[in-house]
Amino acid sequence: MQQVDLAVIGAGPAGLAAAVEAATHGVRPVVFDENYRPGGQLFKQIHKFFGSREHLAGIRGFRIGEKLLADAYRLGIEVKLGATVYGLFPDRQLEVVCRQQKLSYQAQKIVLASGASENTLSFPGSTLPGVMSAGAAQTMINVNRVLPGKKVLMVGTGNVGLIVSYQLLQAGAEVACLIDAAHQLGGYGVHAAKVRRAGVPLKLGYTIVEAHGEEEVSAATIAKVDEKFQVIPGTEETLEVDTICLAVGLTPLTELAWITGCKFTYIPGLGGHVPVHNRDMETTVKGFYVAGDVTGVEEASTALEEGRLAGVAVAEALGYLDAGAAREKKAEIWRRLDQLRTGPFGSKRKQFKDSLIKEWSEYEQS
Amino acid sequence: MSSREGILYTGTPSDEERLNCPGRPSEERIAKGPVAVIECVQEIPCNPCEAACPFGAIKVGRPITNLPQLDEEACTGCGVCIAACPGLAIFKIDETYSEREALVEFPYEYYPLPAKGDTVTVVNRFGEAVGKGTVVSVKQPKKFDNTAVIGVRVAKELADQVRGMKGLSGSE
Repeated sequence: MQQVDLAVIGAGPAGLAAAVEAATHGVRPVVFDENYRPGGQLFKQIHKFFGSREHLAGIRGFRIGEKLLADAYRLGIEVKLGATVYGLFPDRQLEVVCRQQKLSYQAQKIVLASGASENTLSFPGSTLPGVMSAGAAQTMINVNRVLPGKKVLMVGTGNVGLIVSYQLLQAGAEVACLIDAAHQLGGYGVHAAKVRRAGVPLKLGYTIVEAHGEEEVSAATIAKVDEKFQVIPGTEETLEVDTICLAVGLTPLTELAWITGCKFTYIPGLGGHVPVHNRDMETTVKGFYVAGDVTGVEEASTALEEGRLAGVAVAEALGYLDAGAAREKKAEIWRRLDQLRTGPFGSKRKQFKDSLIKEWSEYEQS
Repeated sequence: MSSREGILYTGTPSDEERLNCPGRPSEERIAKGPVAVIECVQEIPCNPCEAACPFGAIKVGRPITNLPQLDEEACTGCGVCIAACPGLAIFKIDETYSEREALVEFPYEYYPLPAKGDTVTVVNRFGEAVGKGTVVSVKQPKKFDNTAVIGVRVAKELADQVRGMKGLSGSE
């Protein structure tokens, strides 16, 4: 069994940031990711990010990913790709399958940054080829450079639905319609305005009723819903589309956290069951940290900051950083995180995230 | 389509929202010459426009969710902020362009790009064709990182409507 200072699970923004931050202070991390490319969802993000300059705002997401990866390699961080962590055992033992090989590690600290997975919807025809998650369409156009179809119905107006609609237009597809069962836009208005300016109709208070097609999607029926999200009969209309993208939220990928036995709480606004943690991102299991979407679905910029926070905390806990320096660094990161969690969108998330920390304290005191 | 107006219901700012946001220059200032028009009406954590302006004419401050505020006297209408806005929500209008025509500059992230001199179909905030315009500039310095800024001259009365153009067909 190999001994390591820090095992990071997930090479997305949170995991890479945690590893880079920890390694900057002398920790020797190993990063595992089951994918064959590092970066998580960052390399699919071709749009310019929001935030402030210190959050690298105005820079396209994939460039932030490239920079992070360059930092990781410059610091000599080992990033094991095609490496699935399938088991976590007491005393922070990890069982890993890496390219048909079984590997075992014993880590002094673990940061779980496994991210989230996209939710789906069931409706007649939802298993037809051509129905896919918005993230899958985004991977096809921005990573593999393949158009999933020519005419798309996008279901969901959160930022994922809006951004992927825009990127489908950029890739040369037509977005026939953007619908959401909610009666208000889910994501940022500026993302919606870009899509509207391109002439895409937006129908709020609409749901998908059925996907039609023999071998693959050839049309979709949508209909109006009432305030209780029930279809209003007689409002059905059929759109000729060959692709239906579902952008209906994300759920934290928490399986590995569950098997450690750390305490969870249920917060629908963060995507469901999430592990509680303290201001160092440490869960109720000592030495087991979480960062990014696994502890509440937010966005890449907050994931980066949470990763850094965990990285600093790990460096401190392992004696690479004295308490004073660590305190200062953490305060700085918290200040940036708080900036991202303000305004009508962010303040709700801040409230949820604060409640995770509160629940951690209550658990520790009980 | 929803009958309610506003960014939350139509995905584009209503006239009331955009005319009353702090990024909007006054009618007097617009009449004087080139100026930035910031159509950012929702408090999201974002401030690259503030640092982008070489004249300090855009203020966001703290918290960074403040709406950008345009100092219309300091703004020279240089247009550097257009490509810096991740939300593509900044435009430039020049109503003094000529007697009958105004210049509108907008961000554009599609291929193929138009060429100077092209006649294009110009669109409003809903993507509806509102007329024809002539491309007078296609700016894409490295600093803009692939967000081209297209300048079109259009009939003066369209200056506050035109916010983009119909995509051009053809291979990329």
